[in-house]
Formats: sequence, C-alpha cells, structure tokens
Amino acid sequence: MSSYEYRHYPYVRPVELDRPGPRRPVVIVGAGIAGPTLALSLAARGVPVLILDEDDTVSLGSRSICQAKHSLETWDRFGIAARMVEKGITWEQGEVYLRDSAIYRFNLQPEPGHKFPAFVNLQQYYVEEYLYERCGAEALIEMRHRNKVVGVAPRDDGVSLTVETPDGIYTLDTDWLVACDGVRSPVRHMLGLPYPGEIFHDRFLIADIRLTGDLPKERRFWFYPPFHPTNSVLLHRQADDILRVDFQLGRDADPDEEKKPENIDRRLREMFGPEARWAHEWSSVYTFTCRMMERFVHGRTIFAGDAAHVVSPFGARGGNAAVADADNLAWKLARVVKGESPSGLIDSYCEERRAASRENIRQSTRSTDFITPKFEASRLFRDATLSLARDFPFARSLINSGRLSVPTTHAGSPLDTPDADTDWGTGPAPGRAMIDAPLGNGWLVDRVGPDFTLLGFGAAEGAIGGVTVLPVACDGGLAARRYDARPGTAYLIRPDRYVAARWRRHDGEAIQAALARATGR
Amino acid sequence: MAGALRRTLNLARPDDVYNALVDAHKGLSDEECRAFDARLILLLLNHIGDEEVIREALEEAAP
Repeated sequence: MSSYEYRHYPYVRPVELDRPGPRRPVVIVGAGIAGPTLALSLAARGVPVLILDEDDTVSLGSRSICQAKHSLETWDRFGIAARMVEKGITWEQGEVYLRDSAIYRFNLQPEPGHKFPAFVNLQQYYVEEYLYERCGAEALIEMRHRNKVVGVAPRDDGVSLTVETPDGIYTLDTDWLVACDGVRSPVRHMLGLPYPGEIFHDRFLIADIRLTGDLPKERRFWFYPPFHPTNSVLLHRQADDILRVDFQLGRDADPDEEKKPENIDRRLREMFGPEARWAHEWSSVYTFTCRMMERFVHGRTIFAGDAAHVVSPFGARGGNAAVADADNLAWKLARVVKGESPSGLIDSYCEERRAASRENIRQSTRSTDFITPKFEASRLFRDATLSLARDFPFARSLINSGRLSVPTTHAGSPLDTPDADTDWGTGPAPGRAMIDAPLGNGWLVDRVGPDFTLLGFGAAEGAIGGVTVLPVACDGGLAARRYDARPGTAYLIRPDRYVAARWRRHDGEAIQAALARATGR
Repeated sequence: MAGALRRTLNLARPDDVYNALVDAHKGLSDEECRAFDARLILLLLNHIGDEEVIREALEEAAP
C-alpha cells in the first residue's frame, strides 16, 4: 500500500551474548525521533552511545509529519536538515474554512531572515531514515536493531539491562539509561511508573493518500465543510505528493466500520469529487490522550519524547517536543558524563521539560476543546466565534484549530540568570529560545554551539569569562533588531539555543557567574 | 470589595438600553437566544478588553 520502501536494517549478533561487554556511559532505548536525535547530539560532544531498538525499520506510517523550525535547526547540526527541506513541503501559511468559505488565513513566519521556514512537512519515516543513516556514519554511535529490553534493574550508580535478541538474551550495565521508547514505553512499565493524564473520546480518521492533480501547499482546516458537514477536517501535504486528510468522526463512530477502505473512499469522494483519483498510503482511526510523567528523571533512568509526555496531534507538538527534549538533555548529560557538571544538572532537564510539557498539553487541550467541544456551552461559544469570524478580525484570532508548535519558554528555571537591566524591549528574555537572523553571508544559528556562546553586539572576536564571543554587528540590521541590541549588549546562549542571561554591559565576572549557574556548578 | 468591575450606573438612558436588550431576544427560540447571547458576549468581551474586568464579571455572574 505504501509507496515508501521500508528498508530492514541489519541485525548483528551482540558480543555480550558470548562474553561480558564493557559498561556503557549512555544507553538509549528506542529509535524513533527522540532517541537518534539525542544520540547524535551526545556523539557530537564526544559521548559514546548505544541505541537499542526492538524492531529493524523506521516508523510504520507517516505519523509525525510537521517538522518545526527549531527541530530543523537541531537536525541541521548533523547535516541532514537541508535534505529534509529539499524532500519535504515547506509551508508557512494556513487557511481556516467555515462551511464552504475561507474565513481566516495565517502566516506563521511573516518576516523573512530565518535560515529555516516555520514548518516542513515530511513523513516520520524519512526523518528516521535520515537520522539512522547519520547515526550509522558516526563512530561513537552503535545502533542495535532487534534488541528488545526485557529487564531493567536500577542501581545507585547506573542501570542493569536485560536484552532479548533473535540469538538469545544478554545483560548490560550502563551509567545512564534514556528511555525514548514511545507512548507505551516498556521501560516505564517495567519500572512500574504511572502515566497520569486525560483521555479524549472523539475519534479521528487519518487517511494518507496519493492524489493526482494540483495539491495545496498550505495547511487547511474546515469547520462543518459541505463534504463532512457535522465535524471538522484537516488537510496537510507531505512529500511524494501525499496528502494527509484528518476527519473528525465524533464520539460514536465505529472504528471497525470507519477503517474499511470502501468507507474511507466514500469520505474522500465527497471531499475531492467523483473525478478525483487516489491511491491509499496509510490510514488509522485513532483517539488520543494527554499524559505526563510526574518526574522525567528516576535515579539514573531518564525519560524523553512520547515516553515522558504525550499530547493531541493538533499543533505538531509530539515529534517536535521529542527533539526539544533531546536538545535540552544532550548537553547536560554530556557535561555530567564527562565530569564537567554535577549530576544535579540533570534535574533541570526534568524541571524545564516538564514546564514545556505542561505548556504543550495546555495548548493542545485548548485546541482540542475548540475542535471537539465537550459540553453544550463550549459548542455554543465555538460556533458563535466561527459565525463572527468573517466580519470581526478579533474573532478570527480566537479560532483555535491548533496553535502550532513554537519553542516553549522555561521561565524561572534555576539555570537562568534573571535580567538585571530593566530596559529590554523586544529581545528574547532568559528562558526563551534564541531567534535566528542573517549574519554575514550565513545565519546566526550556524554560528552558535555546540557549547555556550556569547552573542556580543558590536564586540570583537575573542573569549570572555571562558566563553567564545560571536561578534554581531550593531548596525540596525535584523539581528540587532531581534535582540533589541545596542553596542555592548550581550546574550549568553546555551548549547540548546536558549538564552541563559543577557546584559547591556557585561564583564568576565558576570559571564562566569551566569555560566556557573547555567551549568549547575 | 472594590474591584475593576464597575458597580454603579454607567448608562445615560438605562431603561432604553435594558429594553433594547430584552426586545432583541423577542420571538427567538431558546436555541436562537443562546446563540445570540454567545455572539453578544463575545463582541462585548472584546470591546471591554480588560481581562481583570472580564474575570471579575465572570465570577460575579456565576450562579
């Protein structure tokens, strides 16, 4: 059915089946989006990583398709983002329809001057394929397919794992275990950890189809369209001329009936007309949950991605949050493994990423409540908003068909140094993601990391307080404007491209203090 | 308690405005009434624009 050719990655008999192997600094369980992204970020910092994956191929089905700017910036560090942009569909605009007419258009990145667009739509199997390929070329990463973790024994200074392979079972010790093993996380289950949250009962149907003809590039969302008059429909274009159509089916839909190809075809015919021709790629009838672990760090076991938190699909906050987890964790774990920071630094991963998850769940739940109102008054105000939208711009802003993923803010993180100056305007405050801008012939995002960087506006090249200075012209250009910069303004940027501190006037001592704070020393 | 929400008369011709509000609902079915009120609330909410006032009104109007 799928036009994507699934490769089977080779299984290699692990040495531990024959003799005890070395103790590992970091083992990652799961090779979805979070695991390989984290592995590449750790390897880039010199940390060897073993990835254990229970199967031997990439994501079955397109799943997470909207790859956000911040994720692309991360993958660009491994040299695979240009390929994603080239293969995927770049989009920045969205359209919202009520019945048969467009009522609202939005542009997610209205201003030029960013290396990456707001979103590139690319099926998860391509993202994973590119990540796997890159992991395979990295000497510090070993990826073991068909290696299923069946036992997890936490120790004071690490974790002992029992792993099942086609050739038998072996054991392995690691200093740190990172569970990136998805929403049903076997590691979480084996440790008996709860996954509290909210269950949503509305059913949705995803139909990925290859359609011939002119395909729209922007995201389209319909409330009560003529072809599906009782509910909503979301349309996205993906690579290889594939469309994702997401039909809201309501609470009473029968999943077994809805899954039947003839019923899916009937819905598609109503949407695209009797002349349209398509081939099926993948389909799924689903409900969803919003859940979050109470802690993401349990001794030497760390949870990331869907294993730690899960949201509704509206807003593209699943896969992109997994990348953000990897970003946040990688530099901290690398510092701890290399003895540069105390292990307490890992606790800030839990604190910062739980705050981000709370925000993602809040946003996604609001979108879900707007799209699928849970009680009569909620539906009443939703419909009133829609009916006002054509004539009243304010009402268009209230339409919530998914607030799309942007980097979350971790306000009040113990790693951030609060502003001492009070005259900041537009620039990103500590706890916010840095903003890209043109720099010379390239981009700001190309020039930061993998360690801490000081953006020095009007400064000279060099180092101050142990941090490399990246000089940025203070000439009224986009960079200076986006950072509300004057000569002397400086931003301390963390390895995950978040602002740790900023100053109007700075010295080596202030930078040293902020750096010590941001690295948990 | 003195909050942000005005508690004294703010209408020059209170009877006229009150009757205009009631008359606008005349002849509407219950469902039409609810939809009308929802639109009216949203229009006024945005016009007021002051979150503190709105939150206080939500609290005071609650049954």
